[in-house]
Amino acid sequence: MPTALTLPAGERGAQKRAAGVWRDRFGRVLTELAIWLPLTITAGHVVVFTAWTTWVSFTASSLMPDYTWVGLKNYWAVTRTANFQIAYVNLFIYSTGFVLLTMAVGLLLAILLDQRVRGENVLRTIFLYPLAVSFVVTGTVWSWLLNPGLGLQKLVHDLGWQDFRFDWLVQSDKAIYAVILAGVWQGAGFAMALFLAGLRSVDKDLIKAAQIDGAGAWRTYRRVVLPTIWPIFVTVFVILLQSAIKAFDLVRALTGGGPGISSTLPTLVVYDFMFQRSELGRGSAAAVLLLLTLVVVLVPYALFMRWRRRRQERA
Amino acid sequence: MKISRAIIYTVLVVMALLFLVPLGVVIANSLRASQEIASTSMIGWPRQLIFGNYPEAWNQFCMAEHCWGIAPYMRNSLSLAIPATLLSTMLGALAGYSIALWRFRGDNIVFALVTLGIFLPEQMKLIPWVVVLRDLGLMNTIAGLVLIHTVQGLSFTTLFCRNYYVGIPQDLLKAARIDGAGFFRIFWRIILPLSPPILIVTVIFQFTGIWNEFLFGVTFTSGDQQPVTAALIALSAAITSEPLYGVQSAAVLIAALPTLLVYLFGGKYFMSGLTAGAIK
Repeated sequence: MPTALTLPAGERGAQKRAAGVWRDRFGRVLTELAIWLPLTITAGHVVVFTAWTTWVSFTASSLMPDYTWVGLKNYWAVTRTANFQIAYVNLFIYSTGFVLLTMAVGLLLAILLDQRVRGENVLRTIFLYPLAVSFVVTGTVWSWLLNPGLGLQKLVHDLGWQDFRFDWLVQSDKAIYAVILAGVWQGAGFAMALFLAGLRSVDKDLIKAAQIDGAGAWRTYRRVVLPTIWPIFVTVFVILLQSAIKAFDLVRALTGGGPGISSTLPTLVVYDFMFQRSELGRGSAAAVLLLLTLVVVLVPYALFMRWRRRRQERA
Repeated sequence: MKISRAIIYTVLVVMALLFLVPLGVVIANSLRASQEIASTSMIGWPRQLIFGNYPEAWNQFCMAEHCWGIAPYMRNSLSLAIPATLLSTMLGALAGYSIALWRFRGDNIVFALVTLGIFLPEQMKLIPWVVVLRDLGLMNTIAGLVLIHTVQGLSFTTLFCRNYYVGIPQDLLKAARIDGAGFFRIFWRIILPLSPPILIVTVIFQFTGIWNEFLFGVTFTSGDQQPVTAALIALSAAITSEPLYGVQSAAVLIAALPTLLVYLFGGKYFMSGLTAGAIK
């Protein structure tokens, strides 16, 4: 640069310093931006979107958002629909059945895999693969298998046992159990993985001590191993329960909430109000109630985790 | 002792077979003629192997008014899942690094909010997203879904990376800072080289989650913009009048293949991510 050459030495240094100051300032701004932009987006959208939907739930919004305040009207209207009441009864049945059975199957598989079996990796891969597949796919496949005219019942009939009945999918009072069945199939591998990690973390000396005392395998598990990993039971329980509350795709693909609305769930009710009936206010009220249901499960869990951490710190 | 070993193996093998039934049924049916399935049942050995279901499912059969199979929807899902996975992972790594290693005022609150984002049901975000997408002119576009999944995924990727970076000793950073390294240089020179294990887990989880997601796809896109999960539901609805179970099985299998392959090749990371994310 010819201009730089003509400048006296001192001035050149000042220019360089000024450029340095600017670069520093620019760097600092960029750093602040890099720290705050992603964090603002993640944390911000949680707060703003939750507040937004909650606000809509108190307004007269129907097809379009309409911010006229109507108080709790939407909540009264939603909770009185048959849809909503059936959905929450179903949620109770589904979450109880799904969580308990998934934990039972997962624990059984984990204990069996923990016996130093051959081919553990292959077996583990098989038990976990449903988790990698979308609920839409598994729901569709299970809807075929459980379809009485097409799946298991048809197969058994063709084999000659004509009285065999397995038609949960088309019985209004049993369809929700079909959803439980598919849900357990998909979730058991997850429970197994967590339980297995827990079993492997148990102090080997503890197990040896129990065995030296003459405890059999069953007794060792019941008295020594399982009691030491009880926090994992709580974690698995809560994760499965919150996923049951949020279940949507599986029911949508497996039963569509039917026959009729007999296997509908709270998430489907939200969708139904928002996009099929175009009642955004009521849909939002249903969404807020869904969130409150989750809060009932998650807040005690958060307090429990905090209590445990405190206790560990003191120990 | 011998007997109990036998029981263990028997139970495990029977359970494994039960778990494989749905997959086996779909594979078998994708090789059977649709008429054969309709006249017997979904569960059965192919009398005659037929490979025509695959090309038909891929780009021939008709759904709604189009006869282009599921190929376009697979393309949609890919061009949605890949950018959204990369963006959310990169931003999540940066955010996780900020929270874990650059203490600032309110970092605990920010972290709590990030964690909340994982539990917040999607239903709480539908209306705000409708408005945001409409205002940005991104309604019914793949770009709109990329935006949603990037923002949505950030909660998860931030938490994952943060939990990993917390384990990096602060002294390493202090030394680097004394040497005059700033935020970006430390990230680039020290943090990223330590990150491959967590980044692989994050990418696998994000890709699987985004590929399999259904609610956003079906709510914010329609017609030829839909991801494959939404198209599959439309397909089952469209096909009931004239059942084409063979073709449909092939379509289901094709749609599930990408995440199944990711799982088979990255299974080790899948497992470690699962346990790390849940037990923390």
